[in-house]
Amino acid sequence: MVSLEQNNPIPTPTLPLKERALTRRRSAWGDMLFYRVTQGFALLTLLLLSGIIVSLVWGAWPAIQHFGASFLWQAEWNPPMERFGALIPVYGTLVTSAVALLIAVPVSFGIAFFLTELAPNWLRKPLGIAVELLAGIPSIVYGMWGLLVFVPIFSEYFQPILAKTLGPLPVIGALFSGPPIGIGILSAGIVLAIMIIPFIASVMRDVFEVTPAILKESSYALGSTRWEVMWNVVLPYTRVGVAGGIMLGLGRALGETMAVTFLIGNINSFQGFSLFLPGNSIASALANEFTEASSELYTSALITLGLILFLITFIVLSLSKLLLMRLAKSGGTRT
Amino acid sequence: MKPLTFSLLAWRRRFVNYAATGLSLLAMAFGLFWLLWILWTTFSLGVSGLSLALFTQMTPPPGVEGGLANAIVGSLLMVGLATLIGTPVGIFSGIYLAEFAQRGWLGEVIRFMNDVLLSAPSIIIGLFVYTVYVAYRGHFSGWAGVLALSLIVIPVVVRTTENMLRLVPSSLREAAFALGAPRWHMIMYVTLRASLAGVMTGILLAVARIAGETAPLLFTALSNQYWSTDLDKPMASLPVVIFKYAMSPFEDWNRLAWAGVFLIVMAVLALNIAARMFFGRKMV
Repeated sequence: MVSLEQNNPIPTPTLPLKERALTRRRSAWGDMLFYRVTQGFALLTLLLLSGIIVSLVWGAWPAIQHFGASFLWQAEWNPPMERFGALIPVYGTLVTSAVALLIAVPVSFGIAFFLTELAPNWLRKPLGIAVELLAGIPSIVYGMWGLLVFVPIFSEYFQPILAKTLGPLPVIGALFSGPPIGIGILSAGIVLAIMIIPFIASVMRDVFEVTPAILKESSYALGSTRWEVMWNVVLPYTRVGVAGGIMLGLGRALGETMAVTFLIGNINSFQGFSLFLPGNSIASALANEFTEASSELYTSALITLGLILFLITFIVLSLSKLLLMRLAKSGGTRT
Repeated sequence: MKPLTFSLLAWRRRFVNYAATGLSLLAMAFGLFWLLWILWTTFSLGVSGLSLALFTQMTPPPGVEGGLANAIVGSLLMVGLATLIGTPVGIFSGIYLAEFAQRGWLGEVIRFMNDVLLSAPSIIIGLFVYTVYVAYRGHFSGWAGVLALSLIVIPVVVRTTENMLRLVPSSLREAAFALGAPRWHMIMYVTLRASLAGVMTGILLAVARIAGETAPLLFTALSNQYWSTDLDKPMASLPVVIFKYAMSPFEDWNRLAWAGVFLIVMAVLALNIAARMFFGRKMV
């Protein structure tokens, strides 16, 4: 801070003219330097991201050349024969994320509803912090807990119940059939859901809070119940932000490595559509196989998987940014 | 007839409201239930694994007594260096975005790219460092791990620094200018200082985030069974050791993994709480 006491109360020019010009030039030079330095670092950030894209494409090139576009829908993953296709890990990534969203979205909505409309004031802050702390726990903790604590209980008690109640139903039944071994796409999806609930819930709470009180109060004054205010006033007002929050959670679920690697089973062949069966996801294929990949083509195929994952998350993030930006324009600024 | 339908409607509305309230309570309980369960498991299994040997002995082969000393030191070293590298880059980029590029296409592009970097899957960061550094050098190393972690620190710090600097009222800037301060002086001694608490919070949150990161270390720093502080060699880290030990069928390895998880969760919770105390409100 430029301290006032050291300067004269009246800023009279004390330096000779020549020196004043010199200090001015020096400070202009300092400004220029400072500007360039900060700009340089900012450009470095930009460079890093372009570097990631370029290096992924570079690493993926041999596999892209060798397999062409059919890499995307080939289901075979056979390292000894050097035949690779992305279908199984892409399927696993998308299905685990879908399961996670199906569970996490309604629960997060309930939590956000509770935190903004129902909870007494003294409870809001501690509960909000608890939800945010849940978001800070590293994913390896979820993974290890899932494998060693959750899966044994899940396969012993819950999977048989699911198989008995949902199994006989037409169409959906096929998703809940097969041996209850615990490890598989369903348990990976459930643990992913537990992981992303705090993210989605805190974005939803934030966007619900920007709803102007006057809208809610008007609705209450007309005799609406709490639920009607939520469903007919708050949710329509914030739907763009809510969608943005869901996308943010989806982005995390798609790229999550450790929690899924512990739980999905890491099997590279298609076993069936049942959610009880093990599978693989892009991130866990990378985590498990990358250091063991012996040939150039194998490494390259894995990097291509990484490129696909990056593109998927890039699209999801762009959509969520777009939605949250539209919310910022139309109403509240907190995102 | 009319009063009846009216009361039916009222009854239905009330019922829906109660049902929604109940379900919302249930959702909150569901969320807290997992938090408490995970924390309880971590505490009960982790505390029983704590001992002095944990901090003094190396990671053992199965069936042998041992600790996590090399992994703890490796984690501290890599997280510390990554923070030292990532923080200045992040702060200067944040300054550029907040003070020089509020508008204009370059600022917008960098901001967007930073957000992409912020939410890129961390395993992709590991893949990037592998292709540009590890493959080039020909071996896994601690430096590669540091590089990968600092790439995760940078976007977090950029984001918080920019947000915090933007909260500084322009009147402060104008006052500094009016006193004849050069722009860089104004930024370093006025606006940055005014937002110091917020910037510190961002750094703490970034450290909390990389403390538990496993995926970017798997094929950069790899792991090391022995004591090593040579950053040019493969280096052990808590998360990677936990990953290896938790996946294994050996009882004693699992026990060590729980102790490691306990240490990480404690560190992350402490950092998160410290960050909140620093700033007193939620960010990022």
